[in-house]
Amino acid sequence: MSVVIWVILGIVVILLLWLFGTYNGLVRARITVKNAWSQIDVQLKRRWDLIPNLVETVKGYKNFERETLEAVTKARTAAQGTANAGVGERSKAEGELSAALGRLMVVVERYPELKANQNFLALQEELTGTENRISFSRQAYNDSVLQYNNKTQQFPSNVVAGMFNFKKEQEFLQATESEAEKKAPKVSF
Amino acid sequence: MWEQIRSNRLRSILLVAVMGAFLIALGWLLGYSIAANGIAGVVIALAVYGLLNLVAYFQGDSILLSVAGARKIKREDHPRLYNVVEEMKIASGLEKMPDVYIIDDPALNAFATGRDINHASVAITSGLLQKLNRDELQGVIAHEIGHVKNRDVLLMAMCSVLLGTIVIISYYGSRIMMFGGTSGGSRRSSRSGGGGGGAAIVMVVALLLMILAPIFAQLIYLAISRRREYLADASSALYTRYPEGLASALEKLASSSVPVKNANQATAPMYIVNPFKSRGLKMNELTSTHPPIQERIRILRTMAGNVSPAAYDQAFRQVKGAKSGIISPQAAPLVGAVGIRAASADTTPLEPSEEKITRAREVSDLMYKLDDYRVIDCNCGTRLKIPPALRGKTIRCPHCGRSYQA
Repeated sequence: MSVVIWVILGIVVILLLWLFGTYNGLVRARITVKNAWSQIDVQLKRRWDLIPNLVETVKGYKNFERETLEAVTKARTAAQGTANAGVGERSKAEGELSAALGRLMVVVERYPELKANQNFLALQEELTGTENRISFSRQAYNDSVLQYNNKTQQFPSNVVAGMFNFKKEQEFLQATESEAEKKAPKVSF
Repeated sequence: MWEQIRSNRLRSILLVAVMGAFLIALGWLLGYSIAANGIAGVVIALAVYGLLNLVAYFQGDSILLSVAGARKIKREDHPRLYNVVEEMKIASGLEKMPDVYIIDDPALNAFATGRDINHASVAITSGLLQKLNRDELQGVIAHEIGHVKNRDVLLMAMCSVLLGTIVIISYYGSRIMMFGGTSGGSRRSSRSGGGGGGAAIVMVVALLLMILAPIFAQLIYLAISRRREYLADASSALYTRYPEGLASALEKLASSSVPVKNANQATAPMYIVNPFKSRGLKMNELTSTHPPIQERIRILRTMAGNVSPAAYDQAFRQVKGAKSGIISPQAAPLVGAVGIRAASADTTPLEPSEEKITRAREVSDLMYKLDDYRVIDCNCGTRLKIPPALRGKTIRCPHCGRSYQA
C-alpha cells in the first residue's frame, strides 16, 4: 500500500518540477521577446544620433545636392515624431529614413573627393554598421517571437501556457519597412 | 537559443559522462592496486579534477588569451571589426558585448573563449582580419559567437580539463605502480600468503586502463569538438542569414598553410579551423579537432535559400551521406524556413585590389598603434612610424632628409 503512495507522490513531484521548468521557460522566452523589441528601439535611436554628424560632414562640400540632404533631415525628424506611435506608422517613417539615407549614399558616389575624406569613410562604416544593427535586431526579434510561439503552441508546453494565460501570438514586425531598407545596403560604397 | 541545440547538449553531456566514468574507474583501480583502497583513489582523482577545473573556470580565458598573445582592442582601434562583433551580438541575442581581441600573427584563425555568455571574448589574428571582407568577417565572428551562445567554450574547457586529468593520473599512476606501488603490493600479498590472484587481475586491468583511457578520452574529446564545430557553423548561418560569407571565409582559411604561432593541443578546439594544419596531408577524420574544411564549405553551400538549423541539418546529411544529422530530428521541423539575405555591398568586386590594400593598411596601422608606435606625417608625403625606443630622439626622414623631434 505504502509503495503505491510513494509512487503517486513521486509522480506528483516530477509533474510539479516539469510545471516549474516549463513555466520558467515560457517566462524566459517572453522576456527575450521584450528585450529584443527594446533592442530595435535602441538601434533606431542610434541612427537618429548619427545623422546630424553625417549631414555636417557632407554639407561642407560645395555644390552638394541640397534636396538630398534636406530629405534625410526631414525623414529623421518625421521618424523621431513617430517614436510613440504604433508599429505600423513607426516602421513606415523609419523605412523612409532608410530610403533617404540610401539615396544620399548613391549621390555621394559622384563626389570622389568626398569619398576620399577620412572622416566620411569612418562615418560610412558607422552608417553601414547602424543599418546592419537595425536589421539584425529585427531579425533577433523575429527569431525570439518564433521561439516563443513554438513554446506556446506546441504540446505539452501549450498546456502550461494556457493555464497561465501566455498570449498565443506576438506580432511579427511587418515587412513594410524592410522593403525600403533592403535597398539601402545594396548601395555600393 | 534553439531547442535542438539544447537537446544536442544532452548528447555532448553524455559523452562527457563517459569520460568522467573513465576517470572514476581509473582512480578506483589505481587506488586499489597501489594502496588497496579504491575509494581513496577515486577521491584523489576527483580532487585533482576539481582543482584543475576551478583554475580553468576562473582563469581559463585569461590564460588562453595571454598564451595566444591576444591584445584587447576598443571601438576606435578597428571600427569595422568592433561593429561586426556588435552586430552578431545583437543577432544572437547575447546580452553583453564580448571583449574583442586581436592576435599579431600572419596565420589565419580566430577563436572564442569565456566561461559563460556574460564573460565572453572573441579573438582574431591580424592575418585573418586583413584577408576577409565584411561579409566573411561577419560569418567568422558569427561562428565564434555561436560557440559562446551554444556554451561550447565551457563544455570544451570541462572536457579538456577532464582529458588532462586522465592523462596526468595515468602518467603518474603508471610510474608509482612500476617503481613503488608494485613492490608494496607484492610484499603485502606474499605476507598474506595466496589470494594475490584477485589483486593481480586488478593490477593488470589498471595498467590496461592507464594505457587505453587517455587514448579513448582523447577520441571522445575530439568527437565532441567536431560536433560543436558543425553546430557553430549552423549558428553562423542562422545569425548572418548568409552562409556564403562563412563558406568563402573558410575557403580563404583553407588556402593558407601558415600554422598559428602560439597554439597548443589544449587550445586547438577553440579556433575556427585546426591551427596545426599541414597542407596536402589528409588528416585522419578521427584524430582531428575540426571537421574537414572542404566538407564544412560544401555543407554551407548546399543549404541554398534557407538558413534555419533544420536546413543545415539536411545539408549535413546530404553532404555526408549520413542517415542521422547533427541536429536532433525531433526538434528540427519546429523551425520554419528562414530566408537568406543578399550580399552586402563591399562583396561585389568593385576595386578588389584597392580594397585589399586599404584593409591591409588598416590592420598594420592598428598593430603599430598597439605596439605604441607614434606616427609623424612628413611634408614629402612619407609616414614615419616611430618605435617607442626612439622617442625623444631626432628622426630624419629617409626620403627628403627633414629632421623631426620624435
